[in-house]
Amino acid sequence: MKLFKSNKSAGLMASPYIAWALIFIVIPLCMVIYYGITSADGNLTIENIATIFKPGFFKALKRSVFLALISTFVCFILSYPLGMILSSMKLKKNAYIVTLFILPMWMNFLLRTLTWMTLLEKKGVINTIFEFMHLPTISIINTQGAIVLGMVYNFLPFMILPIYNSLNRIDENVINAARDLGADSLQTFWRITLPLSMPGILSGITMVFIPALTTFAISSMLGGSKILLIGNVIEQEFTQLYDWHLGSGLSIVLMIFIFINMIIENLADKGGVNK
Amino acid sequence: MKKKLLSTILTCTIIAASLCACGSEDKSSNGKLYVYNWGEYIDEDVITQFEEETGIDVIYDMFETNEIMFAKLAQDTSAYDVVCPSDYMVQKLIENDMLQELDKSHIPNSKNIGEQYYIQASDFDPGNKYSVPYCWGTVGILYNKTMINEPVDSWDILWDEKYKDQILMQDSVRDSMMVALLKNGYSLNSTNPDEIEIATQDLIKQKPLVQAYVVDQVRDKMIGGEAALGVIYSGEAIYTARENPDLEYIVPKEGTNVWIDSWAITKGSKNVENAEKWIDFMCRGDIALKNFEYITYSTPNDVAKENIEDEDIKNSKVAFPDLSTMNTEAYKYLGTETDRLYNNAWMEVKSADY
Amino acid sequence: MKKILERIYLAIILIFMYAPIFTLIVLSFNSSKSRAKWGGFTLKWYTQLLSDEAVASALFNTLAIAILSTIFATIIGTFTCIAMIGLSAKVRSILMGITNIPMINADIVTGISLMLLFRFLHIGSGFGTILLAHITFNIPFVMLSVMPRVKNINFYVYEAALDLGASRSYAFFKTILPDIVPGIVSGALMAFTMSLDDFIITYFTKGSGFETLSTLIYNEVKRGIQPEIYALSAIIFIVVLALLFISYRAPMSKAKDN
Repeated sequence: MKLFKSNKSAGLMASPYIAWALIFIVIPLCMVIYYGITSADGNLTIENIATIFKPGFFKALKRSVFLALISTFVCFILSYPLGMILSSMKLKKNAYIVTLFILPMWMNFLLRTLTWMTLLEKKGVINTIFEFMHLPTISIINTQGAIVLGMVYNFLPFMILPIYNSLNRIDENVINAARDLGADSLQTFWRITLPLSMPGILSGITMVFIPALTTFAISSMLGGSKILLIGNVIEQEFTQLYDWHLGSGLSIVLMIFIFINMIIENLADKGGVNK
Repeated sequence: MKKKLLSTILTCTIIAASLCACGSEDKSSNGKLYVYNWGEYIDEDVITQFEEETGIDVIYDMFETNEIMFAKLAQDTSAYDVVCPSDYMVQKLIENDMLQELDKSHIPNSKNIGEQYYIQASDFDPGNKYSVPYCWGTVGILYNKTMINEPVDSWDILWDEKYKDQILMQDSVRDSMMVALLKNGYSLNSTNPDEIEIATQDLIKQKPLVQAYVVDQVRDKMIGGEAALGVIYSGEAIYTARENPDLEYIVPKEGTNVWIDSWAITKGSKNVENAEKWIDFMCRGDIALKNFEYITYSTPNDVAKENIEDEDIKNSKVAFPDLSTMNTEAYKYLGTETDRLYNNAWMEVKSADY
Repeated sequence: MKKILERIYLAIILIFMYAPIFTLIVLSFNSSKSRAKWGGFTLKWYTQLLSDEAVASALFNTLAIAILSTIFATIIGTFTCIAMIGLSAKVRSILMGITNIPMINADIVTGISLMLLFRFLHIGSGFGTILLAHITFNIPFVMLSVMPRVKNINFYVYEAALDLGASRSYAFFKTILPDIVPGIVSGALMAFTMSLDDFIITYFTKGSGFETLSTLIYNEVKRGIQPEIYALSAIIFIVVLALLFISYRAPMSKAKDN
């Protein structure tokens, strides 16, 4: 530890970021909390947070949780086999294949969502092709299904990457050892591969669940503004109804969800280390 | 080697970036003007012409609904210099002390606006101190004749099960509530909680039939044949009929909202002089005409109307409706309490399951 | 058999991810404005796009913010990671905890919180506020990928260099920095990706008259999509592919050098 002359110089080097983190991470969050627990006239209140239990708001939250869970699940189901296939391919150039899955992200999230709008519309690309082939047309746009599709499409890379990374890190020898000890492939999977890839799975789940839970662009673009998610509600409070206190109160509710998520991930992380 | 090349490119980009940023600052010799207007509500050439004639650099932003505009200004009234709110929103802005009085002597062309529009506008802007009318019109139903084989004359058709998934509603509180209130025979300015509740329930009942709640997209979706019926502003009628002859606009017999969108200068405006120039420019006969021909929203500008060459349009009942033949009412700002009632009602509609 | 199934599955996922993008590219050559009709091949959307100042400035803003925020975040993040070594465990874990917040927190909450801050400080929104916001959410991505490298630094080499008479800075640049460079590069790449991809935080921190690509597209969508946007996505995709190709080739040639 002789990199620094003293603790002080390390502190000095870290100080710009400490200041940065205070100003741009900690204080802003405190402001959200402050707005969330006060009313327009400056009095303390829990009304803003309690609004979540009003029927309209609660419905939006329930719907968001439901759709986010489905999307996360679908992402997981799609990603895990993919991760296994990719890691079994023993790619020499990891970065290359990984980039292949990050690549669509460089196209910007809204362009990707826009794509599905174009595809799914009543007179959109898919229906035109179906009509041409004399197949029945689908009407999925402006439904919950369209929103789930949009979420899966957008957030899939967030699930693929951590799962692939954790699977890739599993020591070949451990699996071979299990095989040598007589485990069949199913047993090896349940007892070795799956537990060892748990950290990747959990971090994938958080990385998909949170944006899916809180999105407002996907639901307004693919849901025709008919399907209100909690993200839409918060966005409206800020951009249309001009009620920052209520908007912040609802954000606090979201933060509670995020916090729970964080604890779960932390617990899993520790569990992984102990093993 | 490649790394060096890459870093050189990167550095060049950054330097170019900072140069460009500085360059654009210098260009605006006569200052800037921040304009906040509705989407698809101006001929872009008019902006260019204004910039060329005055040397003012226009920063032009668009909003979708009055409410979005209000929230933006409430954050910071100096964010924009000139805005174009509708009647009730002008009133709300005035009551919240977010606009400044206009010096009409700096806006000589404001005399081009017809007297009757000033009279109408004094309902929401007493004495016409804060605003100058830009466009006006009604709200009605645009329908596709090939998809609908019955006469359309009532808001009730928007509740007809036959047209499930073929209906486009406006994604804005007042316009959607208006439809439901009028359908039930109430005033579109109703402050009665029971009436608002009935209207809300009606909108929830209607939700399964609605394809989407949209604002500016109604136009393109109707032209593209995505839907059969859409609630739309009268100004789009000429344009949509031109693009798709199957489309027809009607004002339902129960009545509708007659609105005026007006230019106003924000309280915090840092470029008042430029803002006045802008409003004056918009009131100029030739400019208003050019604008009208492009956006096809009814102009209150008498000089512009005189000079419309197309006699059909000049005498068109769609472009310049005779309000005495229909049952119209203008929106009023209903105060904070009722505002909240409407917002909660709309929230309930939007979050309802269907 | 299993191999074939695996390949098919891989292909399906890749088609799912890329087919929509290719559809957009095809549509960008469609002369009919309607998505349902093929009106013949045209390049007019591309020429219109090139003369569209709004798109050009949005593209420029997006790239400028992505590049600048990546540079700042990489510098700050890397220095902080190195400094962490010298900090007590307690301070370190607190700092790491705070750093994790923007990554785990919902974008909408981060965006709103920054908007509240900027309004409170009366900082006029625009390029500056978006840049600050992007640096803030990018630093954690850099730190996340640099930190593991820093933890594995072999200090004996560094000390040996000192013993042999190297100055501190010389020893640092010769022994420690090369070890953490891969982490810095992948962190910077991640930051760049995140900045390009962001919509929500930009949406809440942007001011009047300032658009990035994502906010511009969001507005366009609300008004009805113009085919120029398809042309734009086609161009972006091709550029991205080209970049991927370059980045794929570059390390290869470097490996050969070694």
